[in-house]
Formats: sequence, structure tokens, C-alpha cells
Amino acid sequence: MIRAKVYVTLKGGVLDPQGETVKGALEMLGFGGVTDVRIGKFMVITLNGVSREEATSRVDQMCKKLLANPVIEDYRFEVEEG
Amino acid sequence: MRFGIVVFPGSNCELDCHWVVQNVLGQQADLIWHKENTLKDYDCLILPGGFAHGDYLRTGAIARFSPIMAAIEDHARRGGLVLGICNGFQVLCEAGLLPGALLRNTSLNFICRPVHVRVDSTATPFSAACTQGQVLCVPINHNEGRYYCDAETLAHLRDNDQVIFRYVSPEGKASDAANPNGSLDNIAGVCNEQRNVLGLMPHPERAAEELLGSTNGLLLFESILSYGRAASLTRG
Repeated sequence: MIRAKVYVTLKGGVLDPQGETVKGALEMLGFGGVTDVRIGKFMVITLNGVSREEATSRVDQMCKKLLANPVIEDYRFEVEEG
Repeated sequence: MRFGIVVFPGSNCELDCHWVVQNVLGQQADLIWHKENTLKDYDCLILPGGFAHGDYLRTGAIARFSPIMAAIEDHARRGGLVLGICNGFQVLCEAGLLPGALLRNTSLNFICRPVHVRVDSTATPFSAACTQGQVLCVPINHNEGRYYCDAETLAHLRDNDQVIFRYVSPEGKASDAANPNGSLDNIAGVCNEQRNVLGLMPHPERAAEELLGSTNGLLLFESILSYGRAASLTRG
């Protein structure tokens, strides 16, 4: 069994009003030194019957085709076995 | 003219569009389920508002892969008209039929109210019955309406006269105060390079009869009809 952890985040230049609101809340709670908060998506994808290499290639295609929109988002992922 | 209105699971404005095309415009309109693989000989396809496939993952992200989409892309490639309203606009952007993307409103609020949009180009089959700079009062009804594209795309859109509608004050001035959702350059609607595909966040079908408080939205449908008449596509 292979588990891929996919992280999808808004591109640097794209305003993230949710992140801004959370940053404000953290400051209100007294957490100092917070310069930025960005909110993204975290997905766990489980695959069976494929090699690590095949899984890596397949998840990359999934990200490109569906999981992330390249106009507004970046993605990265980690593949774990077992 | 023959209109096809595409229905995804979660669409909720298809009957409003159907009503306007059939009862106000007097043209033929079919509802088309998203699982169809082929399209009849339609002159204009409408992707209506709603929450296609629950808008899960991103607005329009799943709908963009519905079986009907390949036929819609083919229709667009052959020069057929495609109008995306609200969620339909989001689907067309995800499908790459229109540039850019629609993000969560800057206010983080779902906004449902009439707004003013200025017609910044009448050089499309969807806006030809308007006058340049005309201000229309049309409602918006969305959570993800903040238009975004990169700087290069924006420059391209401006150079090619592809920004068709902008959010403005009632007097027609584009400002931050008149921008309901934080859209880049106050953009409310854009068309593709070939000008046969248009998407907009406001709902023209909800401003097409006096009873609804504004008939400004009818101008879009009348534009389409005039285009069809010029191309001899009118039936009945």
C-alpha cells in the first residue's frame, strides 16, 4: 500500500483572505511574530498494487489534471510505503 | 435559434435560463444532462449557475470533466456560442475555455444582491445589443466570484478587448467601493480570443423581466438573438 500526502497551496501572489483573517485572530490571541498565514488543502491518497515510482508518476498527473489549478495554485506531495 | 442548457448535478439556475429563452425570447431551449456524450445542432449553449458537483475541491473542478464537456469544447472550437453564468463561468475557466480563475470573495461572505456592471466591449455576440459603456443593473449570487489571472494574461485580455463587463458604481465608475468581491481590475465577465465563449458572474437571466426589477440582463439574450438572426439561425 502506498500513501501520498498532497499539499495544495495558493500561489504567492494570490490574496488569501482566510489566511489574513486567521492571522488577525492569532494576533488577537496574543501570538507575536506571525508575519503571514496561508491556508491550503491537504489530501491523503491511498494506492494499491502500484510501485513507488508508478505511484509518484500517477499522483503527479492527478495534481496536474485535477487536484490543483495551475492558474492559482501550487502543489507538492510526499509518497510513503507501508 | 436553438439553445441548449447544460444541467450538472447541483446546477440550480437552469430553469430560470430555460424560462427566459423560451418564454421571454421565444426561442427553442432544451435542458441537457451532463452525462450526455453528444450534442444536437445547438446554436448557443448555456452553462447555468449553481453548485455543480457540490463545487467540491474547487468550483467547477469536477464539472469540467463531466462527459458533456468534450462536446461543449468541440462546439466552442467550431465557433458555436457558449455562455457561462456564475457557476457556468467557473466551469469554463476550469476547462480552459476561458482564461483565469474565480476565487473566494475577499469579504469571505456569500453575496446576493443587485450590482452595477459596465459594458466595456460590445464586440461580442453576447453584448452587441448594449451600448459601449452602458451600465447594467444585474444581480450577483456567489461565494467565489473574485476573478484572478496573472499579470501577463491580464495585459493580454486588455489588449484584445476581452474584458466585457466590469463592476462599477451606478454612475459607471470602476472603483474598489464598486467591486463586490475583490475581482482583479473589477472584472465581472470575460470572453475568449475568438469571442464566441463568454463567462460572467452576474445573472442576466434574473434581470430579464420587469417583474424581477430589471430588464437589463435581457440585453445579453437579445444580443445573442440578433447574432443568430444575422446568421439566419432563428427558428419560429
